[in-house]
Amino acid sequence: MSVITLTINEQLVSAQSEQTLLEAIREQGVEIPTLCHLEGLSDKGGCRLCMVEAVGTNRLMPACVTKVQEGMNVRTESERLVEYRKMIIELLLSERNHICAVCVMNGHCELQSLAANLGVNHVRYEYVVPDLPMDASHERFVQDQNRCILCVRCVRVCHEVEGAHNWDVMGRGVNSMVIADLYQPWGSSRSCTGCGKCVQVCPTGALSKKGSTVAEMVKHHDFLGWIMNGREKNIWEYR
Amino acid sequence: MTRTVMIDPVTRIEGHAKISIHLDDAGKVADARFHVTEFRGFEKFCVGRSFWEMPGITARICGICPVSHLMASAKAGDAILGVQIPPTAEKLRRMMNWGQIIQSHALSFFHLSSPDLIMGMDSDPAQRNIMGLIQQDPELARKGIRLRQFGQEVIRTLGGKSIHPAWTVPGGVREPLTAEKREKIATMLPERFDLIETALDLVYNAHETFANEIGNYGDFPSLFAGLVGPDGELEHYNGLLRVVNSEGKRVEDGIAPEKYREIIGEAVEPWSYLKFPYYKPLGYANGAGMYRVGPLARLNVCDFAGTRRANRALHEFRRLMKLDKPVSGTFYYHYARLIEILFCLEKIEDTIQDPDILNTHVRSQANVNKLVGIGVSEAPRGTLYHEYHIDEHGIIKEANLIIATGQNNLAMNKTVRQIAEAYVDGNNLTEGMLNRVEHGIRMYDPCLSCSTHAVGQMPMHVQLLSPDGEVLDEKIRG
Ligand code: SF4
Ligand code: SF4
Repeated sequence: MSVITLTINEQLVSAQSEQTLLEAIREQGVEIPTLCHLEGLSDKGGCRLCMVEAVGTNRLMPACVTKVQEGMNVRTESERLVEYRKMIIELLLSERNHICAVCVMNGHCELQSLAANLGVNHVRYEYVVPDLPMDASHERFVQDQNRCILCVRCVRVCHEVEGAHNWDVMGRGVNSMVIADLYQPWGSSRSCTGCGKCVQVCPTGALSKKGSTVAEMVKHHDFLGWIMNGREKNIWEYR
Repeated sequence: MTRTVMIDPVTRIEGHAKISIHLDDAGKVADARFHVTEFRGFEKFCVGRSFWEMPGITARICGICPVSHLMASAKAGDAILGVQIPPTAEKLRRMMNWGQIIQSHALSFFHLSSPDLIMGMDSDPAQRNIMGLIQQDPELARKGIRLRQFGQEVIRTLGGKSIHPAWTVPGGVREPLTAEKREKIATMLPERFDLIETALDLVYNAHETFANEIGNYGDFPSLFAGLVGPDGELEHYNGLLRVVNSEGKRVEDGIAPEKYREIIGEAVEPWSYLKFPYYKPLGYANGAGMYRVGPLARLNVCDFAGTRRANRALHEFRRLMKLDKPVSGTFYYHYARLIEILFCLEKIEDTIQDPDILNTHVRSQANVNKLVGIGVSEAPRGTLYHEYHIDEHGIIKEANLIIATGQNNLAMNKTVRQIAEAYVDGNNLTEGMLNRVEHGIRMYDPCLSCSTHAVGQMPMHVQLLSPDGEVLDEKIRG
């Protein structure tokens, strides 16, 4: 493992060569918004919120799936980046039915707080207002397609950590849909172990505990760190 | 040929209502209609969502009485779960409901109606509002604000927010009461009892001042409906349905609320978005099944109030009865509201002393056990019904909501007509007539944002049309 140097926001910093740009940026205490990324899961560069500008190219780079390189010179904040990030949030909000006031995650939602932090106070795009179902067939959990942002954290945690691979994505583009056990009601899925990891990592109100009422759902994903540390480093420490 | 006088609020975008008064050729009132042109379609929004979310969603129907929807909705949820909620949860829910009635009635009486009562129906509309009241009688205005504040404070203390507190949930409530919060409510109480005495004085004066008008302000025989407790006491949260007729005879009694469809039908009219509920056995035609709900109805249907001071006040109220018939004048809704505030204050006072009130077991856990849930409670404005049909996982397939204002719809129309008959004068639209029509609607305290326009009068657009549709006279105000 070698050490390289790069420039982040005009600061010369060093990083491990295996690190992603996102890791290097966050290590410096620089804040950068993400939605699909979650410590402990593989990255897929899906939400595009962690895009950064790099000197020498006009192309933006998703920090979570870009490896650091010697001499790299990136910028995490600019008018253009903020504008794109706002657009991404607005597109997410317009794509499904997000009615925060009556949502189980109101006040605890990652999408909502990102929107607030970025100053998204209205949505410039026409709402798609799709007619989407809620699946309450599972004994303990509820899936609400109306609030899903297709970050696939649920798909990854179920496959990578729990090893059950209950979740998949069906369809393409805006019509994509997270489905259980090759498109069955969640309650009749045989692969689901009922562990609830997907519910805890879901950033929005798309997956919740059954019986949750408005603004009542709070999620905790620290379990991921404990599991991964134990599994990969044999460190069993619960904080 | 008839001419039509239209009173149409124009400055409010939603929640607005318009009034049309139809004249015949002789310039006499042929008919009067109170149109509700606001359409919010909540019953449709609910379909496809889970019943767990319903209290939070339906509380959004109304910014004035969200708590009432929380109650009815959570009760429908309890019915779906098939559980008995913990006794403390029921007491806490009742407490929030009383708080709601206090704040809503205080708003109706002090902020919206008292300017009319104190300054007179013919006073300058620019002055005849809460702002004017603050100038003319700051002490009274302050008392009204304090009383309302108490109700809101009870709601906020229990639910964490005064508007849309999603604290009442299927199975109980989300948070128990703490000793600290109980203390907070207790210290606020004594002052509020004094406030209500002042208000009662005001209403007694109004009964004298408006002695000539009371008979024209929606005084007519009708049925009255509401919940009563198991012993016939005044009830706002649970209980059984009772309907009395204009002679004071009980035509229905002891009806389990979930059987409401056996006695209540719903009609629709093309000219209003508000449904027209009616008492089924008498039918809809010619207003035969018209019934009134709300404070006046509740005092007319119950046998006694059940608290010391309210019992006495109810006794006093019943002196208004003629030949043992229910009190029929709509004007007495104001009076009834104050008695209910008194009742709710006393109930809260009793309940916070209950040793069980701090019990932390306040939520029963269960899953879907029934596919239909009906929740009924008394909202400030009258009986409120929520009925949900769900699939086996708890997703709403169909929802039916009957709100209080809807049930008073027929009576409001009749009241407007009676006022119009007494005060419409040929081709002239007098301010006095418009003010009285406005007050007539206000007496029912309908939950439409125009009628609760706290500052200033109800915005109205008035048109006087000739038989062939030509505008003869026009007034816009608000
Ligand atoms: S998931 Fe988040 S953004 Fe979407 S409605 Fe719920 S709280 Fe709002
Ligand atoms: S259900 Fe939740 S975790 Fe899964 S893709 Fe949708 S938003 Fe992401």
